[in-house]
Amino acid sequence: MTDRHNGPHDGRSPGRSMVVENRQAMSFQVRREVFVSRDILEREQRALFDRCWIYVGHSSELKSPGDFRTRWAAGRPVIFCRDRAGTIRCLINSCRHRGATVCREREGNARNFYCMYHGWTYQLDGSLRNVPGEDAYPPSFDKSRMGLVPAPRLESYRDFWFVNFDREAVELDTYLAGAKEYIDLVVDQSPSGRMEIIGGVQEYDIKANWKLLVENSVDDYHLIATHATWLNYMRNSGVNVAPPKGSGLLLATKGLGKDLGNGHLTTDNPNYRGRPVARWISVYGEDAKADIDAIRAELVGRLGEARAARVADTNRNLVVFPNLVINDGSSVTVRNFFPVAPDRMHVTAWALGPVEETEAQRARRLHAFLTFYGPGGFATPDDVAALEAVQQGFAAWRDVEWNDLSRGMARNDAQLDTDEGHLRVFWRRWNDLMAAAA
Amino acid sequence: MNTPVANAVSRAEVEDLLYHEAELLDGWKLDAWMALLTEDAAYYVPPNDKPDADHRFTLFTIADDIVRLRERVIRLKDPNCHAEYPPSRTRRLITNVRVVGTEGDAILVAANFSIHRYRRGGTHQEFVGRYRYRLRRVGGVLKIAERRAILDAEELGALGSVSFIL
Repeated sequence: MTDRHNGPHDGRSPGRSMVVENRQAMSFQVRREVFVSRDILEREQRALFDRCWIYVGHSSELKSPGDFRTRWAAGRPVIFCRDRAGTIRCLINSCRHRGATVCREREGNARNFYCMYHGWTYQLDGSLRNVPGEDAYPPSFDKSRMGLVPAPRLESYRDFWFVNFDREAVELDTYLAGAKEYIDLVVDQSPSGRMEIIGGVQEYDIKANWKLLVENSVDDYHLIATHATWLNYMRNSGVNVAPPKGSGLLLATKGLGKDLGNGHLTTDNPNYRGRPVARWISVYGEDAKADIDAIRAELVGRLGEARAARVADTNRNLVVFPNLVINDGSSVTVRNFFPVAPDRMHVTAWALGPVEETEAQRARRLHAFLTFYGPGGFATPDDVAALEAVQQGFAAWRDVEWNDLSRGMARNDAQLDTDEGHLRVFWRRWNDLMAAAA
Repeated sequence: MNTPVANAVSRAEVEDLLYHEAELLDGWKLDAWMALLTEDAAYYVPPNDKPDADHRFTLFTIADDIVRLRERVIRLKDPNCHAEYPPSRTRRLITNVRVVGTEGDAILVAANFSIHRYRRGGTHQEFVGRYRYRLRRVGGVLKIAERRAILDAEELGALGSVSFIL
């Protein structure tokens, strides 16, 4: 067997590959150990989360100076905030004195950040403003060098902000590669090019390895089995979810799985399940038809027929390597997730919509969101159940060593969304970065 | 609370309804449960970070109108509802029941809940929060026009999904 990736990076015993691809034999296997090993999780932290661009938040979450959100990025507690001058910052939420978090609320508007342990106070740009009893410090104590530590790099693309803990990392713009086009397709739904995170966050744990959610987010092969009840709901609502007769397809339309470079990947599917911008289905009700037609007309006027059709008539589930997913399906959801143990992840999910939406349009978007997505939706809970079942199965990783991801490898033309070509994109990148850091 | 609508209901009658509902939900008798609802009933679970928000402007965990609620019951009865197959064992303890006011012909009720959910493999979760009900008399029978289950947890976290009816 030709082994594309055997090297010292592959585990405790040299030559023990985690991802094995053989293009001639058309096989692609991932060793199940990568989902259960604490050692691999620690190496992922260094090789991926400490070196890749990690999504931290959206401009719309920080409307005014002083606005802040506390969250986690790449395993660090951070404050994502807008300072007095209006500059967006990402500061590590840890007092320079003895370590306590200096902002403990989820979100709000602050004048400064105050450490409740000894009372050190920081300005919104991170600079240290006040130290109680400052005269007891030796002359070498330099307040100007004791501000909150910013994430080493903070850059944005179309209001999506990312941090990088590797000072030497390539620019975000370069890193995103082909993913930019797919972010554009989302943002172009807004006439002004301004999308906003809608209030109400969904934060839930899945008792499964984080990489399983990467796979699941773009794996359209699982739809029929895992989401049988959602498909049934669509059918009951008058939506045609059947594959065209004789097409050989599993789903109602022929979608693709695409490699966007640098480990990013997406599905790109002709829509059959409705889109608030802008494809009417019966679930929305007759009275929504004219409104959706109007949204469509605005798109065509602004973007032209072809581009409007790209924006309005396709569903795209995008993975920005390693852990940001933007699903532009029955609604737009932005979600990222972090491992907390090999068999557990924290998921955070938001809804995203054009700032111009009317109340009725916004209500329709949120209704459509909950039809499929989220911990109370008709689909996501079954994804969670599936990933947890997978993780349970991995307890036998020593006996059943490999996952098979060869689906579609014999296909001569483009990989379908129900193939695994785009999943293989993730795993190749994962393997390369793990190797580079070894 | 000295309105005719509120006077026409006793806390005991409200408690009977809520306890009966709890028994039906814990017993997965979902068709019988649907019969307790009005024809235009709604069911909400607000997001943990914005418990008092409005579902039209805020992303909820669940915001079902009666159409989607009927579909939710169809889903929950289907063995392909993987998140609830086999169905969870649940036990709901409902306390602090109060009739808190009226709005038109609706009776407003508040209660606290603690719902234990068990699944095979030692999984035990406790969903704690408060209910806000709007009840209406339909043909003399007290029915549920709206039920809102507001969780106290700061985030769903280890509660994972809300795949059964809270």
